[in-house]
Amino acid sequence: MSRECTLDVNGSLTTLQVAPSARLIDVLRDNLGLTGTKEGCGNGECGSCTVLLEGRPVNACLLIALEVEGRAITTIEGLLGPGGKLSPVQQAFVEAGGIQCGFCTPGMIMSATALLEANPAPTDAEIRDALVGNLCRCTGYTQIIESVRAAAVRLGTGDRPEAPR
Amino acid sequence: MSDCRHIGKARPRPDAADKAAGRTLYINDLIRPGMLHGKVKFSEHAHARIVRIDTSRAERLPGVRAVVTAYDTPEIRIGFLNDNFALKRDKVRQFRDEVAAVAAIDPDIAAEAVDLIDVEYEPLPGVFTLDEAMAQGAPLVHEMDARGNPLTTNELSLRYGHESGDLAVAERASAHVVEGRFSTQLMQQSCLGTAGCLAELDMSGNLSIWARTQIPFLAQRDFTQALRALGLPGRNCRVIVPALGGTFGTGLDTHAYEYIAIVLAHRTNRPVKILYNREEEFANLSPRQSAEVEIAQGCDREGRLTFRRVRVRQDNGAYGSWGATFPTVMLLPVTSLYRVPNVSFDARLVYTNNTYCQAMRGYGNPEVTWPIESNLDELAEAASIDPFELRMRNCNEPGETTPMGLQVTTCGLKECMEATAAKLDWGAERRARRGVGMASLIHVGGSGRIYRSDGGGVILKFDDFGQINVSYGGVEMGQGLHSALSLTVAEALGVSPDKVTINPTDTGTCPWDVGTHASRGAFIACNAALAAAEKARAQIFAAAEEVFPRLALQNLERYCVQHPDYRAPTFDLAAAVKADRFELADGQIVLRDAPAEPWLKVDLDRLLRAIHFRGSRGEVITASAFYEPQSDLPDWQKGVGNMSATYAYGAQGAEVEVDEETGEVRIVRMVAAHDVGKVLNPQTLAGQAYGGLTQGVGYALYEEILTEQGRILNPSFTDYKIPTIREMSFPVHLEFIETDDPAGPFGAKGVGEPGLVPTAPAIANAIYDAVGVRIRDLPITPEKVLRALDARRAASAGKQTSTP
Repeated sequence: MSRECTLDVNGSLTTLQVAPSARLIDVLRDNLGLTGTKEGCGNGECGSCTVLLEGRPVNACLLIALEVEGRAITTIEGLLGPGGKLSPVQQAFVEAGGIQCGFCTPGMIMSATALLEANPAPTDAEIRDALVGNLCRCTGYTQIIESVRAAAVRLGTGDRPEAPR
Repeated sequence: MSDCRHIGKARPRPDAADKAAGRTLYINDLIRPGMLHGKVKFSEHAHARIVRIDTSRAERLPGVRAVVTAYDTPEIRIGFLNDNFALKRDKVRQFRDEVAAVAAIDPDIAAEAVDLIDVEYEPLPGVFTLDEAMAQGAPLVHEMDARGNPLTTNELSLRYGHESGDLAVAERASAHVVEGRFSTQLMQQSCLGTAGCLAELDMSGNLSIWARTQIPFLAQRDFTQALRALGLPGRNCRVIVPALGGTFGTGLDTHAYEYIAIVLAHRTNRPVKILYNREEEFANLSPRQSAEVEIAQGCDREGRLTFRRVRVRQDNGAYGSWGATFPTVMLLPVTSLYRVPNVSFDARLVYTNNTYCQAMRGYGNPEVTWPIESNLDELAEAASIDPFELRMRNCNEPGETTPMGLQVTTCGLKECMEATAAKLDWGAERRARRGVGMASLIHVGGSGRIYRSDGGGVILKFDDFGQINVSYGGVEMGQGLHSALSLTVAEALGVSPDKVTINPTDTGTCPWDVGTHASRGAFIACNAALAAAEKARAQIFAAAEEVFPRLALQNLERYCVQHPDYRAPTFDLAAAVKADRFELADGQIVLRDAPAEPWLKVDLDRLLRAIHFRGSRGEVITASAFYEPQSDLPDWQKGVGNMSATYAYGAQGAEVEVDEETGEVRIVRMVAAHDVGKVLNPQTLAGQAYGGLTQGVGYALYEEILTEQGRILNPSFTDYKIPTIREMSFPVHLEFIETDDPAGPFGAKGVGEPGLVPTAPAIANAIYDAVGVRIRDLPITPEKVLRALDARRAASAGKQTSTP
């Protein structure tokens, strides 16, 4: 019953057999071993599974894998730069204390990455708008906002990698 | 300790980079070869006899490897009252009761199989409120206790109380007395990572279980009993804790699903993983317990507190877990928040057919700080004293012994309240519908003794490369324990924190620890680490007496080759090399009171190799220490005992604006001032304070598990609202008061829980200041505020018409 499907994930094409009902999150995690994408609710409520679909943040738990065939998907693993270096946004979350248990972190970083790509100097209100779909139970968000601000500064000072597709 | 190299300085947590990269492995990510997926069949009734369970259709489904019920597995009792069972037999007592479970080759088949299990029930009348459960002739949730003795009431036999002074006399002598009734709600811990475990037995019956737990060693004890029930007495149980996506108290007890995974692994001889989805997490785990509280407090003409009387009733739900011990922590604020000479406390717990309850951050403390601090503002108004002033007049002080027998060593409450008032511009004029409020807290700051041992151990293992691996049996669940622990070890051993690695928590390799609760993780771990480091230094320095001179002379030889003009100072190296003159600093071993010559410093890794590779006298350095804090196990019925080595204090303040048309409360800003003893890592400490306060805001304004006849109505983040980044759009000012506690590592106190304790009453007091209505039931929803505003308008309209 499964169908052949070619997915474009983090710049690499992979052809695999996928059930018609398979969710993108399951294919990423179970078939491709990209377990950085986390399932916190399965209903698009918490944002832990946020990935980028052609640069825009989406919930991987709400997408059917076959529907995104051939379209560029970026996961948290795809943000690493050459030599496995953390991206400026990832590095900013590390240094500004935006991480506690870490379960929401990949989704949070994906949303922040998409925001800063579209808006390199967001206001705090714009940061809140961009991250309102990403729940965090640990941090109270203050240090997450500080992390995004720090990331904007990093990106603004030339520490800018190639944009995820 | 102002000369610390690492302690007190902001530093990213050691696990941050892997978490940012998505590399960290949680229960969700663990796979074992041959692993099956377990799934639980939950009850469809709140209270019913089980007439028949038909598993035949599920067993025939391809891909199913086992179906188990209580009727075909040994009885496994769970919970500290032994009143709960891994799988239920004869009757169910709550909607989440586990009646069967399956193991299948993938999660979809497991889910399908569960749906194919047919259970026939004979529904029984249930009890869903305290009054229903305590009524004469009420249906009994449990007909027998764990020993088989018949029960005649739904009230639990646990007794908690406190009586000190003479309440009646004190009440009569009071100039002002204010009474009130308050309630708090069921709150879900709402960890982003849902519950799960992975159980595996080897061919000898030894168990390995990866678990979302905060109590690896108490869980080990519980699971060992389960192995005995399965006919595997004396087998080893190893509890391994992977990265945790939050716990906030939900990992404080063992859970039926963990025993079920063990049973399924035993039945199938395969590793079995059970992972709850979000709906299961909301509907089938134990939330924070609700409370109904009656309170009365009095003061004299000068505003000095004369007495405090607190009566608590709690809906325990269907089984005993740690919710049933919330009163042990309620005793702290009831007897000891502010100086109050006469105290009476009584708490009763009642079985119902609602979900049974468990621990969450604060553990009973917010449930009574809510009425104490709300009622205190009412008392201040009755006495015509400013609420801040009233609190200051009754402030706890260092050196006092409280009615509970708590020995207050250090206490920064006064400074916390002053900082809160100052930052809120207390007493300033505000625009209409704006107000300020504050509330304070006391909590255990040096662990909280609830068990025979309240200690924890640390092992430090040095390798040939100067790396130090640290094993500690407590749990990093996101709070930053590993940050505090690695900084402590680095500080104590004079190495860079990069040289310190914290091992995964594993009962097979870590020394015993009672569990990560009561804000005790860093306090216990760092104290144990300091003791272990002291032993390691002694071992290293003793061995260095032999190996250091040779290494230093080799250094000197090399240095002379590089610097031909160098003339070494006259120095009797042989005489100087004494164990008590060595010091570790900057990754090197040095001699105190020796010339500052570069060759007299030896890199630690080189020294360790020299200690190791010296023939038959070779040794590798390993040091361990067990730290048991100085505290007493209280007598809970009398409510007396110095349960912690020190106590944490704090105050929070809120400025709010209330929309009188909608009842909506907008927080304008908040202040949180905490007596933390000493700041270990300001970045992770701020994270604890911000995060705690945010959960406090959720508790105050948004969060509530809603039930109807025992069924949970809102098992999703859409219907159960935790604060999002939008709700938290007001500034939070943090203030850390350092009181340098003698019992704390570097002077630090526990900080994990205090953040959410006083938040709700601070907000409620601000609402009263803003619009003059007092909300007594959490959460403070717009509907409740609006109702109170309407009632006040109606009352004042009535007054106007009746007094023309």
